[in-house]
Amino acid sequence: MSATMTRVSRAEVEDFLFSEADLLDQWRLPEWLGLFTDDATYEVPCTDLPADARSDESLFYIADDRFRLGERVKRLMKRTAHAEFPHSKTRRLIGNVRVLAQQDDQVDAKAVFATYRTKDGVTDLYVGAAYYELVVTADGLRIRSKRCVLDSDSLRPSGRISIVL
Amino acid sequence: MERSEQPAIWVDEGQKFFKVARRNFVDPEIWQAEKERIFEHCWLYLGHESEVAKPGDFITRTVAGRGILFTRDSKGELRALLNTCPHRGAQVCRERKGSAKSFQCFYHGWVFGADGRLRSQPGEASYAEGFKARESSNMTPVPRFESYRGFNFVCFDRDVVPLDEYLAGAKEYLDIVCDQSASGMSIVAGTQEYSIRANWKLLTENSIDGYHATTTHATYFDYLMNTTDGLTGGRMGGFGIDLGNGHAVLEYGAPWGRPVAQWIPAWGEDGRREIDRLYARLVADYGEARADRIAKMNRNLFIFPNLVINDIMATTVRTYYPVAPDYMTINAWAVAPNEETAWARKFRLYNFLEFLGPGGFATPDDAEALEHCQRGFANNKEAQWNDISKGMGKARPSYDDELQMRAFWTQWNNRMFPPPTVNKAQAAA
Repeated sequence: MSATMTRVSRAEVEDFLFSEADLLDQWRLPEWLGLFTDDATYEVPCTDLPADARSDESLFYIADDRFRLGERVKRLMKRTAHAEFPHSKTRRLIGNVRVLAQQDDQVDAKAVFATYRTKDGVTDLYVGAAYYELVVTADGLRIRSKRCVLDSDSLRPSGRISIVL
Repeated sequence: MERSEQPAIWVDEGQKFFKVARRNFVDPEIWQAEKERIFEHCWLYLGHESEVAKPGDFITRTVAGRGILFTRDSKGELRALLNTCPHRGAQVCRERKGSAKSFQCFYHGWVFGADGRLRSQPGEASYAEGFKARESSNMTPVPRFESYRGFNFVCFDRDVVPLDEYLAGAKEYLDIVCDQSASGMSIVAGTQEYSIRANWKLLTENSIDGYHATTTHATYFDYLMNTTDGLTGGRMGGFGIDLGNGHAVLEYGAPWGRPVAQWIPAWGEDGRREIDRLYARLVADYGEARADRIAKMNRNLFIFPNLVINDIMATTVRTYYPVAPDYMTINAWAVAPNEETAWARKFRLYNFLEFLGPGGFATPDDAEALEHCQRGFANNKEAQWNDISKGMGKARPSYDDELQMRAFWTQWNNRMFPPPTVNKAQAAA
């Protein structure tokens, strides 16, 4: 990308993240997967780790490369993904979106999220911050990495991350 | 709580009949009695020595409702202290982990060493002479604190048998897990702290259940086919073994890769060289037979009442407590050889997360199954019994039989409802 490239505005990043959330809320996971680059990663660290923890050195809740993210989507679309059958209802509130840095074709962004998941009469809440490395492509923004850092002390009482955060 | 008319377990060896009352999973009286009869008298896992590797290192942890400060003191000795100030009771340490020369209770400023001994307190002149030397001025250690191969346990019953004796046949399997390493094992940073809306005993059963995998974990096996190209050298099958004192294990072959040491195609030629090197080291140290068992066999090890060490596609240490009859909290860690290369550590953790933990491809489905058992138990007044008779009467029950669960429940029943002892005077009369 050239140095004269138009900078990506916060509003564009917001629109992108809102549409990502909407795809997830509608369980359109194969389309959602299309938002990721071929070298993408998706991570959720354990809540007792420092901010700079690495998934190849420390135990996370989720540390998917692009292959496993694809497998996660395949799994979640099956009836035999029991934890999400029938699919839970989810609602993702995305806010405080900020562009942290831009260089060449990469945009670093941060957003906060509050994700509600309802299944079998129980509603759980996941709250945290999502750190994105976005890439500007001819087809629009794409996700090179997404890291969801939970604010809770543990995964209680939700107990699991069977949805995508 | 007295023995009710309906027994807690109903066993008939002749009829190959082993039933567990569903009431055991829902009744608040049972849960209260478990706290007293099981968790107050059994050895319970506190933590691994590697979590407090250097003098001054500490972690705080809750064990059976107690807040415990686990430290390595300035002399290098491990300590398990009740995390409460001897003065007026406040929690002395309020951090999860760290390293400190001393601990100060912030309420009135008493200062303790990592050995729990009172070092100083404001206004010392107003206390009796010799006050600081009194044992009651120090933080209280847990009544019993012992370790086996780096795994540290506490017990709140002073009269409990030594840990070594308590562990019985489980020691052989702890040895096999620990012998994966020439330099010792360590807990990897990062704790999976989660919960399941189900009775804690359901997780005991599930952790040593070789029967549920093909249906509950169908999507995991689909995934495995995509990562192994359907090909591994792993053999299949194995056995369930009663280890005594309520402990049990499954030992079996399975198609997934093991960081020590079973190669799968997804790990490539570099991975094959690493796995071959690890295996050769095991053969040199232990001989072919034991090396093969360490490297190629999987173990789901259960130590009564609530410790699971699963040495499978990675090795996890898991402990769990009932908060209510229908809600448990779980802490789980990864344990790995100290000398492990960065390559192997990366693949170990990748393997861990594909199956294990609340974000993995398997554990969420286990949690779903347990929660739906708990929901099913709402019908326990009419539909009263669980069946765990699979494999009864076999000389050597298979890993996918239910011997392990019978070992747990038999011990649970003995501790909850010990057979009445006959008083000699009464007998004479």
